Amino acid sequence: MGSDVIFGQYIKGDSVIHQLDARMKIIIAILYIVIIFLAHSVSAFILLIVATAVFIIMTKIPLRLLLKAMKPLMIIIIVTAIINMFWFTGKTLLVKFWIINIYLEGIINSLLIITRIILLIMATSVFLTYTTTPLKLTDAIEYLLGPLKVLHVPVHEFSMMMTIALRFIPTLIDETHKIINAQTARGANFTSGGLISRAKSLIPILIPLFISAFRRADELATAMECRCYTGGDGRTKLNVPKTSCADWIFLLVIIVLGVAVVLLNTFIPIYSM
Amino acid sequence: MASIELKNVSYTYNKSLPSKITAVDDVSLKIDSGITGLIGHTGSGKSTLVQMLNGLIKPDQGEILLNGNNIWADPKKIRDIRFKVGLVMQYPEYQLFADTVEDDIAFGPKNMGIEGEKLNETVESAAFFAGISKEILKKSPFELSGGQKRRVALAGIIAMSPEILVLDEPAAGLDPAGRRDILGGIKVFSKIKNTTVIIVSHSMEDMAMYCDDIIVMAKSKVIAYGTCSEVFSQHELLTSTGLDVPQITRIAAALKKNGIDIGDDIYTVDYAVDKLIEKYKK
Repeated sequence: MGSDVIFGQYIKGDSVIHQLDARMKIIIAILYIVIIFLAHSVSAFILLIVATAVFIIMTKIPLRLLLKAMKPLMIIIIVTAIINMFWFTGKTLLVKFWIINIYLEGIINSLLIITRIILLIMATSVFLTYTTTPLKLTDAIEYLLGPLKVLHVPVHEFSMMMTIALRFIPTLIDETHKIINAQTARGANFTSGGLISRAKSLIPILIPLFISAFRRADELATAMECRCYTGGDGRTKLNVPKTSCADWIFLLVIIVLGVAVVLLNTFIPIYSM
Repeated sequence: MASIELKNVSYTYNKSLPSKITAVDDVSLKIDSGITGLIGHTGSGKSTLVQMLNGLIKPDQGEILLNGNNIWADPKKIRDIRFKVGLVMQYPEYQLFADTVEDDIAFGPKNMGIEGEKLNETVESAAFFAGISKEILKKSPFELSGGQKRRVALAGIIAMSPEILVLDEPAAGLDPAGRRDILGGIKVFSKIKNTTVIIVSHSMEDMAMYCDDIIVMAKSKVIAYGTCSEVFSQHELLTSTGLDVPQITRIAAALKKNGIDIGDDIYTVDYAVDKLIEKYKK
């Protein structure tokens, strides 16, 4: 079971955010990312932290799960912060040691960068991956890219490919686990030996996995043809997405947030980056 | 014969997620001879249970004893346990990978360190028990039919000469002849090599035909364990868990209701025929 993979995984729920229209969620997420990059002063960041916290609470997803998702990204965050701290030149020199100069502004700057990265991850997780099923997400992308059809971009085919790819990730993970188990049961050893012998030990996993992936692709293609699938032209949808009142309210809230961030940047510029 | 014993074993999937599922809940049992069938509904915890027997899954609680020794006593030696408890997983034909059938069967024994002439002997004897003819040994496993592939996968485990052979749905998806070949081969192997065998299955008919003892699992627990006649005589218990007794047992029950009593321990067709003849001779 792929129970270790939390980042980017849909978590079932029935919160307001879960029920928002996926198209609106994509727009909201993009706007929110822009707003996070607009924020420059501590005051604006505090507002965004509070807003993100409110959104997280609204999703009703346990905080423990969100934190677990952050774990693999911790190294990137820490490295970014350290690099920023050492390379930033400011006015208040705190530590001077050999060629290392650490300024107060540098520390604040890296703290703000950490906050920004965490906010970015949280925002996309809360609005997109955690609360939207991959199927709805690709549907929404297809809709939003719709205008490109005029330029003969195969938008539907593209989104169908994405849907199928996403749909089969858990299946293939499952399959991989099964094959690993089966070969382990025959005494295969994946964790010891040199680089070459480890690479070789992957053969008994990769060959069955590829064969099964091709078999599945073949079966799926046949199944789709049996149901007369010919591509995007003239295809209608079973569930036509509808925007509700809540969607527009959320959009409004985000726009207000954006305006507030710009205002805070200009009027209360505490330790601006 | 080798014995395997479970003591208060439990296992839960997705422990930290809201979707956590307890697959095996406080199960204790001992299997030490012959062919034992493990039956249960989809999702009753059978597959998780058998994967614990050879250490693919480590139980959250409880211990598993192989010939009286805890298999997790030294986690570094768990690989040796996997050679002693051979596990044939569901649809094992999807795990074949080697260039020839021979090489695929040899994968397990090679991992055990068997080489040269001994390896050839092992492979040939395993192929014999699994019903694989010599000309097939040189073929690519991907040229074979579904039933043949299944037998190759089975041979791959038998080649490790396990003390206990565990099979998860060995006959699933095969036609009646294929089922007979595979299950019959397993029975012969068990007799000749004196190996304890555990078979997971849905088919009551197969269980009645090939097993000595039956374990019934429902909702992550063992609800019945006994000889075929002991278990199949408990119609109500089995039907209440969504399982069924063999068709012939149901026929016997219907006959009894209509005044033709040939006993409650009918679970194979042959035995029912014998009993009927006996009754009408009198």
